[in-house]
Formats: sequence, structure tokens, C-alpha cells
Amino acid sequence: MSDLVLMAVVFVASFLIGYVLISKVPQRLHTPLMSMTNAISAVTIVGALLVFALPTTTLERVLGAVALVAAAFNLVGGFAVTARMLKMFKR
Amino acid sequence: MGDWKNLLVELAIIAILIVGIAQFRSPRGARRGNYVAALALALALAVVFIREGLNLPAVVIPSLAAGAMVGWLVAARVSMIQIPALVAFQHGMGGVAAFLVAFVELTRDSAGLSVTATISGYVGLIVGSATFAGSMIAAGKLANRLDQRPTVYRRHNAILVLILLVGTGLVLGAVFSAGAVQSALIVAVIASAMVLGVVFSIRIGGADMPVLISFLNATAGLAAAFVGVVIESRLLIAAGATVCSSGSILTYVMCTSMNRSLMNVLIGQRAARGGRGAEVAKTAPASAAATSSAEAAPVAAADPHRRALDALRAARSVIIVPGYGMAQAHAQSEVARLAGLLEKQGKQVRFAVHPVAGRMPGHMHVLLAEAEVEYDKLFEMKDINDDFADTDVVLVVGACDVVNPAAITREGTPISGMPILRAHEAGTVIVCNLDEKPGYSGVDNPLYDDPKAVLLFGDAKATIEGLTAGLEAVDVGD
Repeated sequence: MSDLVLMAVVFVASFLIGYVLISKVPQRLHTPLMSMTNAISAVTIVGALLVFALPTTTLERVLGAVALVAAAFNLVGGFAVTARMLKMFKR
Repeated sequence: MGDWKNLLVELAIIAILIVGIAQFRSPRGARRGNYVAALALALALAVVFIREGLNLPAVVIPSLAAGAMVGWLVAARVSMIQIPALVAFQHGMGGVAAFLVAFVELTRDSAGLSVTATISGYVGLIVGSATFAGSMIAAGKLANRLDQRPTVYRRHNAILVLILLVGTGLVLGAVFSAGAVQSALIVAVIASAMVLGVVFSIRIGGADMPVLISFLNATAGLAAAFVGVVIESRLLIAAGATVCSSGSILTYVMCTSMNRSLMNVLIGQRAARGGRGAEVAKTAPASAAATSSAEAAPVAAADPHRRALDALRAARSVIIVPGYGMAQAHAQSEVARLAGLLEKQGKQVRFAVHPVAGRMPGHMHVLLAEAEVEYDKLFEMKDINDDFADTDVVLVVGACDVVNPAAITREGTPISGMPILRAHEAGTVIVCNLDEKPGYSGVDNPLYDDPKAVLLFGDAKATIEGLTAGLEAVDVGD
């Protein structure tokens, strides 16, 4: 049960910290903000890697591989496109 | 097993992530923040590899490389007008990863999962699948592969409720079964969640897309957070919650910028909305602006192109109001060139950007940045709205609802109460829209009947090029 409490605390605390920080982001940066947070949500890649930490069946390997491709696409693509957009904002 | 050590490592990575997000105050800071956040994710990957080793490299490495390479290529080539479609697609990819991981964890060792983990697993599965399907619809609409208008079924809300009920039944069945039956039921849950995502997204369209895309941003984060509970990763929970929070804020900002509730945007769309709006507009008494249109008729008869040029020549201050129509006409560079020319002629030129201009939050700023409009010329609504009254000329390019005074003067229309850019307060308003049809809301724009409005209907790119050429000709003539 303490696990549940800890996880709930982590969720709520992160949500609130995120709330405070992101409320201060100016509107003109909202598109890069969304594409960066989108890349952050690709942290699921950790879960996809953990699929392979235990012995796997063929089906699990296929699903794990698809999850890895999707998450890696999201991760690299998200940060890369954010960087590209921000470069256009001069000064 | 040294859990406190794991906790410390995870907290450190979360702290780096927070430092990254906190830098999103200015473009320069954001550039740094983006790299810092990427570093945090790289560290998270490194920690997994250190802790678990590299299992099954023959599968893992090619998968990672393929995803990363395609992601990189797409990011490098996508045009700025297609950014919303790409971001929506990426939300979908986040959903895929989340529901696949949840599926594997739920079917692999369902007896060993705690009650919390099981519940979270199903939530992650459902939210992930629905996010995936919803995002694919959103991406299709944004990329213009699907009809951009809302598609509304008869009894749309009833259908949604029905899918929810069926889904709940399937979840209950899956929880209390085992083996192959359970796997089959979980697949059915995924399928019904995807149908839910499609039915949910398909009725949102046009100018409401910024709300949908922000909402999907939040649900993608939520799915990641619930997967985090299943695999007991505080890092995933924290990162997912932060993303969810960010998406929620953006959703809220978009809704308030249109003066509509989230529920109204998401499940309030009914069939034939445009028709109803237009009807309201026609039967309503003409606004104050239109009352003087009779005496203005002779003026309006003069060549609008000439009138626009005369107004621009005489102007000392100009505010440009860009809308999504500008992007659709690919007129950004032409507008930027015209702005540069006006400035060279000694006029003050500023851009006023409405929060919901474009197809995602902040989209217009990116489009103008791409056209090399300088960052400090872009003003947000609240910073520039009081200046319209002292401005000589407002140039509206491909925008309608965001400058529609009916939002202020008229009750009971879909945009009543929506904060607008008060372009109608300026000396002259030049409107470069494709046609005189109302905007997405379907409400006629009384600004078009105002004697101070100069209407230049047609392709905005050509119109703006014409204005630039006209102004340059005078320049040479001097």
C-alpha cells in the first residue's frame, strides 16, 4: 500500500510542479512546448525496454519491438523537431 | 535491493527534466531546455541499460535505430504548416508504445500483478489505445487527408456511451478470466478503446483542432504515467504526469481563448452547426457598424485595391492580423516581405496573434518565425488589443472569427463572448480573405459591412503580392 501512496504522491507532485512551470511559458512557445513534452512522454521507451528484461515469447518480442520503434520515433523526432522550430525563433 | 538508490537516481533524472522545462521562457532558454530534457531522457535510457543490460540486442538495437532514424528524417523534412499533423501523429505513437507495454505486462504475469498495477495496466491500455486512434484521426484531418470538418453521427453521445459500456464489460471479463481467453478479451478492450478514440475525435474539426491536439497531448502523458505504475517506474509516472499537466494547461488556454467549455468543444458539436450560425447572423439585427453602410456604398464602389494602397501609403502604424487562411494560401513569406517594405517606408509594423490562430497552440508564431518575421514584432492579444484604436491600418490576412466584432456586439452566436482582436477599432481595416464566407463559427462578420473595411477577396498570396508591388511602384516613383 505504501507503494501506491508513493506513486500517487509522485504523480500529484509532478502534475503540480508541471502546472506551475508551464503556466509561465509564453504563448509564442506553446508549439515547441507541446512537441517537447510529447518527446518526454516517449519515456515509455523505458517500459518497452523492460519488456525484454524477462524471458519473452515471440509475440511479446514483436509487440515489444513495435513499442520500441514507436517510442524511439517519438523521442528522437520530438526533440529534433522542437530544436528545429526553436532555431527559427531568432534571438 | 537498494531501492533508495534507485529512487535517488530517478529523482535526479526528474530534477533534470524539470530544469529543462523551466527554461521555456524565451526562445534562447527553450533551445537549452530542449537539450536538457533530451539529456534527461538519454540518462533514463542509460540507467535501464546499466541496470538490466542489453537483452536481445538483435531485436532491440534495430528497432531503436529504425524508430530513431525515421523520427529524425521526418523531423528534418516536415514543413512548419504540417507541424500540427506531425505532433498529432507523435501523440499517437506515444499511445501505441503505452498500450503495447501495458498489454505485455498484463498478459505476461497477471497473477503476479498487484491490484493497483492491474487497474493501472487497464487504464494505461485504454487511454493509450484511444489516444492512438484519436491522434491518427487528428493527424489525418490536420494533414488534410481526412475531411477537416466535424463529422457528427446521429446520437453521437449515445454511441460514445455505448462504446464505454461495452468496453467496461470487456475489461471486467478480462480481469476475471485467464490464459488465452483473457488475452483475447484484452485485445477486444484495445479494439473498443480505439473505436472510442475515432468516434471521439472525428466530430472535432477546423478551428477546434488546437483543443483536440492539446487534449491528446494530455492523454498521451496520462497513458505513460499509468504504464509507469505497472512497471513501478517513478520516472515514468513523473514524466507522464508532467506531460499530462502541460497538455491540460494548453487545453484550458485554448478553451478560454474561444470562451467555450471543454465539454462544449469535445462533446457539444452537433450537426449542421455552420448553417445554424449563418441563420442566426442573418436574422439578427445589423450591428452598429453596419448601420452606416448605406452612406458608405459609394466609397465601397471605388476600386478596393486602390483604396487599400492609399490607406497603406498614408498609414503611420500598421498591425497585421494573420490567421490560418494565410498559412493555407502559403502567403507567410509574402506577408513578411510586405511587412518589411512597410517598415522600410518608416511605418510602425506589428503582428497581432490570436491564441487560437493556427491549428495548434502557438502555431502562428512558428509559421511567422519560419517566414523570418522577427520575434519581437509578434504580439499576443492581451498586449496589443488596446493599441488598435490608435492604429491607422489593420491588415487581416486569412482570419475571420478572431476579428469578428459580433463576438462582442451580439448575443447567442457560437462566438459570443469569445475574446477577439479589436481590429474594428482601427482607422482602416484591409481584409485579405479568400471569400466573404464567414469563418469556422459560421457567424457573418459585420466588419465586412463597415465603411472602414476594404475587402480584397481572393488568394491571399496574390493579393499581398499585389499590394507589395503597388507600394514598391510608388517607392520607385519618388
